[in-house]
Amino acid sequence: MTPLRVVGRVVLDFFASTGRLVLFALTALSHCVRPPFYFRSVGRQMVEIGYYSLPVVGLTAIFTGMVLALQSYTGFARFSAEGAVANVVVVSITRELGPVLAGLMVAGRIGASMAAEIGTMRVTEQIDALTTLSTNPMKYMVAPRLVAGLLMLPLLVLVANTIGVFGGYLVGVYKLGFNPAIYIENTWDALTTEDVVSGLVKASVFGFIIALMGCYHGYHSRGGAQGVGGATTNAVVSASILILSFDYVLTELFFAR
Amino acid sequence: MTEAAPAPDTITPDAAAKIRIRGLRKRFGPKVVLDGLDLDVGDGESVVVIGGSGTGKSVLLKCILGILDANRGSILIDGEEIVGADADRREAINRKFGMLFQGSALFDSLPVWENVAFGLLARKRLGRGQARDAAIDKLSHVGLTADVADLFPAELSGGMQKRVALARAIAADPEIIFFDEPTTGLDPIMADVINDLIVDITRDVGATALSITHDMASARKIANRIAMLHEGKIIWAGPVADIDRSGNAFVDQFIHGRAEGPIKMAVRA
Repeated sequence: MTPLRVVGRVVLDFFASTGRLVLFALTALSHCVRPPFYFRSVGRQMVEIGYYSLPVVGLTAIFTGMVLALQSYTGFARFSAEGAVANVVVVSITRELGPVLAGLMVAGRIGASMAAEIGTMRVTEQIDALTTLSTNPMKYMVAPRLVAGLLMLPLLVLVANTIGVFGGYLVGVYKLGFNPAIYIENTWDALTTEDVVSGLVKASVFGFIIALMGCYHGYHSRGGAQGVGGATTNAVVSASILILSFDYVLTELFFAR
Repeated sequence: MTEAAPAPDTITPDAAAKIRIRGLRKRFGPKVVLDGLDLDVGDGESVVVIGGSGTGKSVLLKCILGILDANRGSILIDGEEIVGADADRREAINRKFGMLFQGSALFDSLPVWENVAFGLLARKRLGRGQARDAAIDKLSHVGLTADVADLFPAELSGGMQKRVALARAIAADPEIIFFDEPTTGLDPIMADVINDLIVDITRDVGATALSITHDMASARKIANRIAMLHEGKIIWAGPVADIDRSGNAFVDQFIHGRAEGPIKMAVRA
């Protein structure tokens, strides 16, 4: 009986926590569209997510672009197809690597800080204090973060795409000896609106996931410093896994023929 | 004595009780915390609920504030039922409340004045400039000057944080103020200062006060009436002057702080 019981317990726990998460997300979303709106909080979160993540995301993007050019060159040289490097760099960056890597980096930076901040507010009764001051904590804390995540990740990814493609250009031109004009022309030829837009839609979804996981785990943290630490870990891990799995789902939706 | 029914004086003769609690029940899983609690708080009265750690004093306050939902029973505020009330009703009733949290619970991302004015700003009663003036005025009521208005809570000592939290609790001129262990973590002198402030402020504002504490010095100072919570029920209630001759073994053990007696401390929460 015991193994069956364990399986049952795990399955039930899984459905219960999925249900809780979906309810949390729906409640938070409903607060995003109902007044009052906390524009100051939204602005503050947008700066925190968008502006302060720029260095991390930019560095990630430039090295990714550089490595991509280098690696694909070694691979394509075997088939004498070196000319496809610019092509591969721009498509990989805009479709996949820009959104996913920016998402993962922001999950580490922002998801963790949201979970820690909200978790500390929970264990120090600041969330209860909001309720007693006629302020709905979901509306005041969670909704602005979701909106900021949803809006800022695409902008970040747009910057990351540009920097990543530029990283590929640097390696292509200065290390691999491509003609700069031809490299840029190849890049333009390979670049399509569909690639960029699909990447930005992914970014938006990832931004929502990051903020949702940070808020959800922080909001439900229990038991002092240890609880907040656990919430932070859970926020980053679950956001990262969800980003990778939703990346597949969205790619399937956009490109499966 | 463990099966004691509520003493007759638990229920004030005053029919127009500000807070009237009947048969309040709250459990977490199998653990019953509040087990049919009855309590009345008259208009303008200051009632202190005493009881050991983990007896459900905080749960009682959280049920009244709507932070926790009671499983059963009734809580009337000015005759209006709040158990099972919808969110809008709750929020309207919560506007009558001010709450001083045990750990102060100041918002550490906001400066002192915004903490104090938070409720006023949330209700859109005032612009930011006016709210700031109102906050500085409330800070002066708790013995703080305008200098602290732009500091952040982390820059203040525990006693000053408590004062700021008190200013926040009274900022919107509440009809009922709740105090959750107001003197915990303060030195005896600062504790007395806070007790004096609580007495003065509730008298000045004319507010009804419901406090929970296990600090008997504090309870004697701020209460008109004391009620003792044990095993989820009020087992004794009476005027503060009667506390030393309650004739109740539980109360005697508690107020004299004796390990020996009918109350057995549970190790696990």
